[in-house]
Amino acid sequence: MSICPSAFSPNIMTDVANIWCWSFMRNAIEAGTLTALIAGVTGYFVVLRKSAFTAHAFSEIGFAGAAWAVLSGVSPLAGLLIGSNIGGIGIALLGRRATNRDTQIGIVLAFSLGLGLLFISLYSGYAEQTYAILFGEILGVSPDQVLETAVAAVMILVGMGVIYRPLLFSSLDEDVAEAKGMPMLALGIAFMVIVAVAVSFAVEVTGVLLVFSLMVTPGATAQYLASRPSRAILASVLIALFATWLGLIISFYTPYPVSFFITGEVFGFYLFIRFVYARLRWEKISPGTLLRTPVDRSG
Amino acid sequence: MAEMFAESVTSEESELIKAENLAAGYEGQALWSGASFSFGKGEFVAILGPNGAGKTTLFRVLLGLLRPMKGRVLMFGSAPRRGNPHIGYIPQRHTIDTETNVECVELVRLGLTGTRWGFNLSGDDDRNAAWAALQAAGAEGLAHRRLGSLSGGELQRVFLAEALVSNPDILLLDEPLSNLDIKRETELLHLVNNVVRTRGVTALLIAHNINPLLPHMNKVMYIAGGRMATGTPAQVLTSESLTRLYGVQVEVLKDPHGNVAIIGVEEHHGDIP
Repeated sequence: MSICPSAFSPNIMTDVANIWCWSFMRNAIEAGTLTALIAGVTGYFVVLRKSAFTAHAFSEIGFAGAAWAVLSGVSPLAGLLIGSNIGGIGIALLGRRATNRDTQIGIVLAFSLGLGLLFISLYSGYAEQTYAILFGEILGVSPDQVLETAVAAVMILVGMGVIYRPLLFSSLDEDVAEAKGMPMLALGIAFMVIVAVAVSFAVEVTGVLLVFSLMVTPGATAQYLASRPSRAILASVLIALFATWLGLIISFYTPYPVSFFITGEVFGFYLFIRFVYARLRWEKISPGTLLRTPVDRSG
Repeated sequence: MAEMFAESVTSEESELIKAENLAAGYEGQALWSGASFSFGKGEFVAILGPNGAGKTTLFRVLLGLLRPMKGRVLMFGSAPRRGNPHIGYIPQRHTIDTETNVECVELVRLGLTGTRWGFNLSGDDDRNAAWAALQAAGAEGLAHRRLGSLSGGELQRVFLAEALVSNPDILLLDEPLSNLDIKRETELLHLVNNVVRTRGVTALLIAHNINPLLPHMNKVMYIAGGRMATGTPAQVLTSESLTRLYGVQVEVLKDPHGNVAIIGVEEHHGDIP
């Protein structure tokens, strides 16, 4: 087996060939691509439904689940899935205005982190797994994990395809959707379960604490790029994809973590779109929009 | 005799909404009771009454979202059911999030096909229907505007298009005029009135101020004191009728232009202009 080159070259094609030569990078790119796809699609709806805090909360509940799994010798992914799904279904059952229940969600979130900390301290072994759950360890993804992610991605995309229109309708106009006979509770639970699964797999790439960079930032940026949902979802996916790929490539040549580059890229791109691109574009269409764009809505 | 018979037949046929001795409320407490009314095709009805009298509750009963506590209600001759596509509904709401960056025509499309499962690949049918509805609501110019950027009056026109897109026979409009200035209020009322007249739609509209509605209304339903009075504006908007309803002395004043002012209750629903 020959050793793959790892030096940076000015020729991009050589770089790509070099990176693809390493099997750990291949796994990382495959897992990252699948994750970006599901995070981009679900993230659009997380933002549209103002569920960012909710999604964050059950990634933390997932952390408690994962820490428990490490302690019990189970796969952390199983713990993540169980934790985030319990959190997601619980929040969906809280009711239709659950996304506004910041206080209750915050209380559960804090307790979950505490619980996770307890499990970590009880686990006397190697702490690297905990670090991976919190901050992501995409470079350590195994071919089996890639396969698991692929299965999850297919399930999530099919699920989102089935509930696409009712979910969009209920996200934009809850009252009318309910009056039209949509099963709001079932729809809420279905969406939360999909997000819980998506979060659990995204955690492999970015970790519990940085999962927002793939779940929320691309979706939020896409809202400024397109006002037709199908196009905005496409934009959200593309942002997540390019951020992941670029993050992996940069981190290949530097000693710094992938998660940092992904979060940095999507954040930078968000700032550019939000404050430069969107303003220039909307100003051209309607001069009043610039003034009406709220910066601080609490004041 | 024959004439009476003929009249009763036509009224039977045209009764889209009919209630007998109806009572509704929450947690065993009736907000109103003993309500009997019927509305036919093409009638434009104003629903008035103080806050908390149960105007929205009436809509919830008609939509099949709330079971009546007593009595019988028929929509199109059968019990109300949730999701009836023949009913268009604009719920009471104050704003839409200013950060909602979705174009209006998408919301209107969802009014027609938002209840269908699966992804829409072609989507031309609902797009055409959405454009027709936007046109009927005088909102075709708003089609590609973002929902979050609309003013109150613009938003109400988009909501009207969303309600009209399924070609309903009944429109339930919950305070569509609130937060609109007089000019926008008049514009929206003309639009709704136009829809009622040209499409033969039966519209029930909850409002706080009766005066802008008076030129368009066929009937008025006044809910207060746990009861309701229904009839023509001339029958309902009198000192006697409203005094009976409120149980305290109420005075209805009329100015030479036909404007109405209701004196003696905390909230006066007919502000003198």
